[in-house]
Amino acid sequence: MHEYAIVQALLDRVEAEARGRGALAVHRLRVRVGELAGLDADLFATAFATFRAGTACAGAALDVERVPARWACPRCRRPIAPGAVLRCADCATPARLEQGDEIVLDTIDLEVP
Amino acid sequence: MCQSCGCDDTELVPVEVHERILAGNERTARHNREHFAAAGVCAINLMGSPGSGKTALLEATARALAGRRRLGALSGDLATDHDARRLQAAGIPAASITTGSACHLDAELVHRALHDFPWRELDLLFVENVGNLVCPAVYDLGQSANVVALSVTEGEDKPLKYPVMFRTADLVLITKLDLARHVEVSLDAIHDALARVMPRPRAIELSARTGAGLDGWLRWLDERLAPARTHA
Repeated sequence: MHEYAIVQALLDRVEAEARGRGALAVHRLRVRVGELAGLDADLFATAFATFRAGTACAGAALDVERVPARWACPRCRRPIAPGAVLRCADCATPARLEQGDEIVLDTIDLEVP
Repeated sequence: MCQSCGCDDTELVPVEVHERILAGNERTARHNREHFAAAGVCAINLMGSPGSGKTALLEATARALAGRRRLGALSGDLATDHDARRLQAAGIPAASITTGSACHLDAELVHRALHDFPWRELDLLFVENVGNLVCPAVYDLGQSANVVALSVTEGEDKPLKYPVMFRTADLVLITKLDLARHVEVSLDAIHDALARVMPRPRAIELSARTGAGLDGWLRWLDERLAPARTHA
């Protein structure tokens, strides 16, 4: 249940941004969560709804975009199917994760005077 | 103020951030890593389920390397200092990081623990993470390698069920090998599962109790220590 700890880090980051810009309110956050980021997106949303009270994000909506994991061969670019052995079938190079391990705060909609 | 007409209406501004939410932890982890590199200490983040044999492995490692390498350990647990005491009894400096309710260690917890620990005098610092196959995988501590203990009694498909943990592992130790024949586990099935979650699968089968396979693990540690030794 590290989702709560990650929400806390998110709230701190947004709070600093809102304070720095003299914002009156935070309206919306957009976050990307990868399939292999080790974060349960539903638990994360629940934790956010619980912990935003009393913070700059009290009235903020949270949009979570889920990013599927995508593996490919870094040499010949051949995609590797989910669940397959993580090695290129053509050139035997170990696969590289192209996307799917991110936990990223993309944008904050701030209300400013 | 509204830019177009000068009225008192507020404005909605989209702020582009594009920053990893755990950037703060990653900064502290970098700081820890710089300390370890400067002091020539190899830090290993040892993870695995509760009961996977992490502490027993460290006890066996401490005994095997006694007099040859300077080992130390920080043990993370929700409660008790049992693991640290077991490791002290095995002859190495060890301290507990008691996390209370937290299911994982983070870089700040490790950083604080270093302040009261003689880590600079070590060749090898083991950070024994909280027993958990989920949360610890998300937090960089500043280690030079991630090692995951997976016991033969846990089930062959654990890597497939917890891909995040195994993806970030540099080495998997398949522990409690002496029990393999009692639980009818297929070691081949474990290796196959690892190859589907680790791009560079590396695994060593061993038993801390009998010592079987321990030499492979000690060799792996030696390879890690080689660059640190030249600084000593």
